[in-house]
Amino acid sequence: MTTMTEAVRASSTGGTARKRASRTRSDASRAMPAFYWMVWPAVIAFALFHTLPVVIGIFFSFTNYAGYGDWNFIGLSNYINLFKDSRVLQAYGFSFLFAIVATILTNAISLAIALGLNAKIKARNFWRGVYFVPYILAILVIGYVFQFFFSNSLPKILAGIPLFADNILTNETWAWTAIVALAVWQACAFAIIIYLSGLQTIPTELYEAASLDGASPWRQFSSITFPLIGAFFTINVVLSLKGFLQVFDPIVALTNGGPGTATESVTLLIFRGGFSGGEFAYQTANAVIFFIVITIVSLFQFRVLQRREADF
Amino acid sequence: MTTATNIAPQAEQELDAVTANGRRRRQGAVDDDTRKTNWWATALIAVCSLTVLIPLYLAVVVALKTPEQLTQGTGFELPNPIRWENFPEAWERTNFPQALMNTSIITVGSVVFTLLTSSVVAYALARNIHRPFFKGVFFYLLAALFIPFPIIMLPLVKQTAILGLDNQAGMIILYTIYGLSLNIFIYTAYIRSIPIELEEAARMDGASTWRVFWSVIFPLLMPMNATVGILTCVWAWNDFIMPLVVLTEPSARTLPLAQYVFQGQFNTDYTVAFASYLMAMAPLLIVYIFSQRWVISGVTRGSIK
Repeated sequence: MTTMTEAVRASSTGGTARKRASRTRSDASRAMPAFYWMVWPAVIAFALFHTLPVVIGIFFSFTNYAGYGDWNFIGLSNYINLFKDSRVLQAYGFSFLFAIVATILTNAISLAIALGLNAKIKARNFWRGVYFVPYILAILVIGYVFQFFFSNSLPKILAGIPLFADNILTNETWAWTAIVALAVWQACAFAIIIYLSGLQTIPTELYEAASLDGASPWRQFSSITFPLIGAFFTINVVLSLKGFLQVFDPIVALTNGGPGTATESVTLLIFRGGFSGGEFAYQTANAVIFFIVITIVSLFQFRVLQRREADF
Repeated sequence: MTTATNIAPQAEQELDAVTANGRRRRQGAVDDDTRKTNWWATALIAVCSLTVLIPLYLAVVVALKTPEQLTQGTGFELPNPIRWENFPEAWERTNFPQALMNTSIITVGSVVFTLLTSSVVAYALARNIHRPFFKGVFFYLLAALFIPFPIIMLPLVKQTAILGLDNQAGMIILYTIYGLSLNIFIYTAYIRSIPIELEEAARMDGASTWRVFWSVIFPLLMPMNATVGILTCVWAWNDFIMPLVVLTEPSARTLPLAQYVFQGQFNTDYTVAFASYLMAMAPLLIVYIFSQRWVISGVTRGSIK
């Protein structure tokens, strides 16, 4: 019995047991078998359905496999060809442009709305409920409603403005803005909730003190609010950019990559080329590159944003 | 997209994992609010909320129109007379009952399996995190958060086809497994805040590790179960890309997939299409309307704890 409790204590890393744990850790170094039984099935399933496909993908990215039939090793040529493929480069260009604009808009809008929802307003919980609605809806389905709006309603409402009058979705230069509108519309719902949780961690006394000192609302925001929700800002920016880089559903709903390939994202290109274009190996190589790009971008952002946080 | 947004609560939690009294403080903030009502903010919030409500309004009014009414206006006019026939027609054309059934099975299955498995794994990891094996597993699962779906997409389709998992059962398995990374993160921080003494008491009475988990820990996890359940439910219900690539049989179609196929075939028949969209969005929306505060507090709890 005693050894068992020791083991449990030793296995805890948090809470009150921390001190005792460090003392008893040496004599209870192995966990109870039951803990291994709890973990192994999950590890095996995860390896089988997540890691294995990744490994297979990386393997095939060095071949000329079309998705069917025979294949041969061709070394790095898929990777080299990717950098010469104008369609691939265009897809990366589009994904980054889209992701950066959407990230900025999502964070600016949701921070503003979160501030509003955190103020003392009438029926606060009702409004919070309303702003979370887009998160509940399938973006593909609500995207079709937006598609109707852009291609049928807007041309009639704004008949005087040429850009909207002849359907913005068929405009090669501006179709992406419609996709941004839809994606931001949905992404804000979740970002607002995150910012709201951040804002609620700020003690109100700080604002009272600041207003006694005569700080303007803007000064209060830039000197108190924003620094104190720095962590929430970082996480929202990193996650939005990572999510927006992989944009898929809003494009399928609105333009399906068109007109031409003007709004084709990397994910859409991998999907199309890989499944119907006979480019299985080639697009897998593209996916590997995409993974590296996303990881680098995310880590870079974390570094930059966290350094900024540390300044306060 | 959905997978990406799902990561938020867990990552948040890491940053804020130290505060165990988050909930109390949040409630306090609401109760202690003695500020004057800010009418400017109220008005602004109300006006901005139109951007959320207008697309929903559009979906409803178009779904209730005749095609002739639709061609005459911008789509925003109220339907006169109301045409309810769009709904039965959409019901027939998309084979709605089957799509609803498939989506429900996948969603319920994913939520149940996720809650039962993720919590067990997280418990074992949280209580043994100082041991190399468990620490290794923890970071192995966590690292998967960085891997974008496109990289697994193409090989996964081959794999599920070979294993005969290109159906609803396969989807449940995949959602359960792919949700693991995020859910473990949500659960472990919470489990580590549960005092170990509770378990010791149960062990004194002779309970096994499994028994301790089911009788002591799992009931205490209810707040986190709610969070994980909500996130999994919304993800599995609305996901489009995974059913699109994995499911092969038309009879296995989920609701978003049914809209996709339907849109391709009848893209000029807007009124029926909108009735169909509305029916696809309605179930989750109705559930949300009745459990709104609970859903939001559940998600917030996951994001800051």
